[in-house]
Amino acid sequence: MSGPKIIFFILAAAILVFSVMSIFSRRILRAAIYLLFVLVSMAGLYYMMNFQFLAAVQLILYAGGIVVLIIFSILLTSQINSTLDPPRKSHLLLGAVTSVLGLILGATTILKYSFQASASAPIGTDMRTIGRHLLGTGAEGYALPFEVITVLLLAALVGSILIARKPKV
Amino acid sequence: MNLQSEIPLEYMIVLSTAVFFIGLVGVVIRRNLITMLMGIELMLNAVNINFVAFNHYLFPHRLEGHFFALIVMAIAAAEAAVAIALIINIYRKFSTVSVDDVDELKY
Repeated sequence: MSGPKIIFFILAAAILVFSVMSIFSRRILRAAIYLLFVLVSMAGLYYMMNFQFLAAVQLILYAGGIVVLIIFSILLTSQINSTLDPPRKSHLLLGAVTSVLGLILGATTILKYSFQASASAPIGTDMRTIGRHLLGTGAEGYALPFEVITVLLLAALVGSILIARKPKV
Repeated sequence: MNLQSEIPLEYMIVLSTAVFFIGLVGVVIRRNLITMLMGIELMLNAVNINFVAFNHYLFPHRLEGHFFALIVMAIAAAEAAVAIALIINIYRKFSTVSVDDVDELKY
């Protein structure tokens, strides 16, 4: 086995094992930490595919932002040593049937379709190229989605402050 | 690094399918709002792997999947912030975050 293959299988195993542990862990704080491991392994996967900027954003935004936010909300809303209720049998059955059927369907469809790997020369993923595309208004520019996202983030910021603040008595 | 000769695209997509359905199971079996949110984050991340893998393997001369993944991440962050504001507000009102006990609007 070659180096990239070994790294891929380690990352894939880490992602699968930690996501299953995060779902089935009875301690909610541990579940959040397992989710953090999943997200960091996914950043490694992006790094393998040569998207260094995306890997950095994944680490900063997910590992540094969302997981910290989730941990804060856990600490605000539950006792630190309380355990979650075990899942109900009916829910467990429903989830297992849905996911196994969906996984079989998805995997057979994917493996039957023959993807034609492109042979064209890869575009550079350095910061200069990404920045020029992200703020470009030309054929491959993404200035409009960028601006829409900024407005969405502003709306989410204002909305969450408005929702979470204490009501005036 | 030439990844295409080492790891087929199918491996990446099957991995992301598996993670997506693990996240779905998490949303179905847990009754706690925060763990359900974590399942949704897993599903969003699985979709991101798909976008990035298709971009890298099938369209390496463009950056569409890269920017789509970036935008999905921004939306996930906004969604998490609003969801946690709602969860904290629900906790203040009901003193619980279990979806079975928060049923005032249900009937």
